[in-house]
Amino acid sequence: MRVVAALSGGVDSAVAASRAVEAGHDVVGIHLALARSPQSHRTGARGCCTLEDARDARRVADILDIPFYVWDLSEQFAESVIDDFVAEYAAGNTPNPCLRCNEKIKFTAVLDRALALGFDAVSTGHYARIVDAANGRELHRAVDPDKDQSYVLGVLDESQLAGAMFPLGDSLKSEVRAEAALRGLLVAEKPDSHDICFIPDGDTGAWLRDRLGDAPGDIVDVESGAALGHHDGAFAFTVGQRRGLGLGRPAADGARRYVVGVDIASSTVLVGPPVLLDVDLIHADRPRWCGRVPGGIVEGTVQIRAHGDPVDAVVQINDADVVASLRSTVRGVAPGQALVIYDGTRVVGSATITRSTRTRAHVPVSATGPESN
Amino acid sequence: MYLDHAATTPMRIEALAAMVEELSRVGNPSSLHASGRGARRVVEESRELIAAALGVPAGDVLFTSGGTEADNLAVKGVYRARRGQDPRRTRVLATAIEHHAVLDPVGWLGDSEGADVRWLPVDGLGRLDVISLESELAQAPDEVALVSVMWANNEVGTIQPIAEVAALCDRYGVPLHTDAVQAVGQIPVDASIVDSLALSGHKVGGPHGVGALIARRGLDIAPLMHGGGQERDVRSGTLDAPAIVGLASAIASSMADMDVRTRRVAELRDQLVSGVMTSIEGVTRNGDPLRALPGIAHLSFDGCEGDALLLLLDAAGIECSRGSACSAGVPQPSHVLLAMGVEPLAARSALRFSLGHSSAAYEVASLLEKLPAVVARARRAGVPR
Repeated sequence: MRVVAALSGGVDSAVAASRAVEAGHDVVGIHLALARSPQSHRTGARGCCTLEDARDARRVADILDIPFYVWDLSEQFAESVIDDFVAEYAAGNTPNPCLRCNEKIKFTAVLDRALALGFDAVSTGHYARIVDAANGRELHRAVDPDKDQSYVLGVLDESQLAGAMFPLGDSLKSEVRAEAALRGLLVAEKPDSHDICFIPDGDTGAWLRDRLGDAPGDIVDVESGAALGHHDGAFAFTVGQRRGLGLGRPAADGARRYVVGVDIASSTVLVGPPVLLDVDLIHADRPRWCGRVPGGIVEGTVQIRAHGDPVDAVVQINDADVVASLRSTVRGVAPGQALVIYDGTRVVGSATITRSTRTRAHVPVSATGPESN
Repeated sequence: MYLDHAATTPMRIEALAAMVEELSRVGNPSSLHASGRGARRVVEESRELIAAALGVPAGDVLFTSGGTEADNLAVKGVYRARRGQDPRRTRVLATAIEHHAVLDPVGWLGDSEGADVRWLPVDGLGRLDVISLESELAQAPDEVALVSVMWANNEVGTIQPIAEVAALCDRYGVPLHTDAVQAVGQIPVDASIVDSLALSGHKVGGPHGVGALIARRGLDIAPLMHGGGQERDVRSGTLDAPAIVGLASAIASSMADMDVRTRRVAELRDQLVSGVMTSIEGVTRNGDPLRALPGIAHLSFDGCEGDALLLLLDAAGIECSRGSACSAGVPQPSHVLLAMGVEPLAARSALRFSLGHSSAAYEVASLLEKLPAVVARARRAGVPR
């Protein structure tokens, strides 16, 4: 096959490309320029698209002895990912830009271009497995549970999966690092990237305020209705958030208060006790199915954030309407997050969370913060 | 199929032989003993060869690390020296289509040293508008530190009216620098008509990492690198005798065979252009067909993205280029084409095929055979916004 290997400059994509070469494919390395003005040096937190990353990616291609090109997708990235990210936050939602980038950039803009230029597939360093089963191609979790990235790929549809190649899905991260070192890929010791790549300092609130301006309002106790404080913009708050509320006084019961709701229209941030964050019924829309479209009901698991735990659930699918009834509660579900549905290790598909509620008595679970990948 | 001679061209056999021979010898040209004297002699004979080829006295030749250093030395060095003599001289006039080796130091002088930079426009064929230069010069000749006009453009190959420019600068008493990196060895170059001229080794069939600034005696240049003062106290650093002898040999031998070689190269180039034009629709040739370097064919392909063409041609074993620099690897529309009035989208659809001394007819034939399918494929892929 003729394969476009996306090379970020990191270790995973380097090893993925080397495996594609090893497998006998005709591979061309592509580095995606996504930032409009790449920084020349890495700042504290590592972001994508620095000149150094582009150089590392080129060096990898040199070592693998494959052609290397930079594709400038900064316009599409700004339009499809960054503008969408800002608009979703402005609407009070919490989007995951990595899913959006995989859907719109890596497996639409890049894949379409690759196919048009005569390539058969796009290879990336994602940890996920593609399985060619009897009734079609399937997306599965990676074998390394700590690195599994099937969640951020849950947006890929059948035709996108048909053009995708994930050579790392069967490996542990430790094996990949060892293989990189063995193959002399100099990026072996580079740290993983974790932050949102277009917010280099990691301060999403400040980044959003720069773009959306101040929209001050009250922080209101959801139970008493009392205004407890002020904020500069409700959009910068996410359901489940505890830090950065700036509330001086503790609650009457001494418990910590969390953001339990964001109302953009009235510029109000609702706070309350963590028990209000625990939900077991999740509504979602805009589904995307990884392969065949499931019928009526899926009994399996759902996951609501990139490195969250899977939760057993029964998922009812009625065209664009997806309702997941969870066997136990999950904490901190924000509208805009992706609900990814699994049947065993197979990714069934994903949908965008619109609202969530609790229907049964509270069962405590440990809270985890929002993440991205 | 190597069709990128304007980027770099194979070393000429004469230059290779001369350089390899010198590489095996010891000797610092600045040393006074026999080994040093031997190296010194090689360097000075090389200087004389180059000077003779370009019509200047040997003392005008200053060896540098390449074309970029020569351009930087002239632009910044002359600006600083002239402004030091008279603080009113802050203006720098340069064409909008200079190579980055001139474009960027001029821009840097504007940003960092208070230079008043005026970019001179070109016409649709990439030729300097001499009238605009004259009006800039006539306005306040006392305030102009330097004029920089390239001898021939590296992307589209257009040869500039350098004699006219030189006469104008002479009349107004303003020094003229020319970047002749692409011109030397391809067309007759008389360096005596300008005040300074930059040339590069690897563009003329010499080695990489060596070049020269031809600078008229009496032209004051503030050095960029201070040190041993080897080159007239304007440029320091131990002279690289093997590279210099390779450079001189390449220039001298390319002068000797210029007529025959460039006629052959121009014929191949014409075959390439007419072959492409007749076999593929929607192709535009950029540049001035009547005043062009012999080896350059710069073509725009409607509805294609230059990078897609490059990728597909590379996969087909054909090496060419976009013709413009891309420091971060991110292709930008060429400033040369934009200055010529080409629309940004059309500018992104352009490729430069450049031929040189080792080019052969079968290479052009191979391109003509493969290009139609490549262009058709790239057109199907379209142009990303």
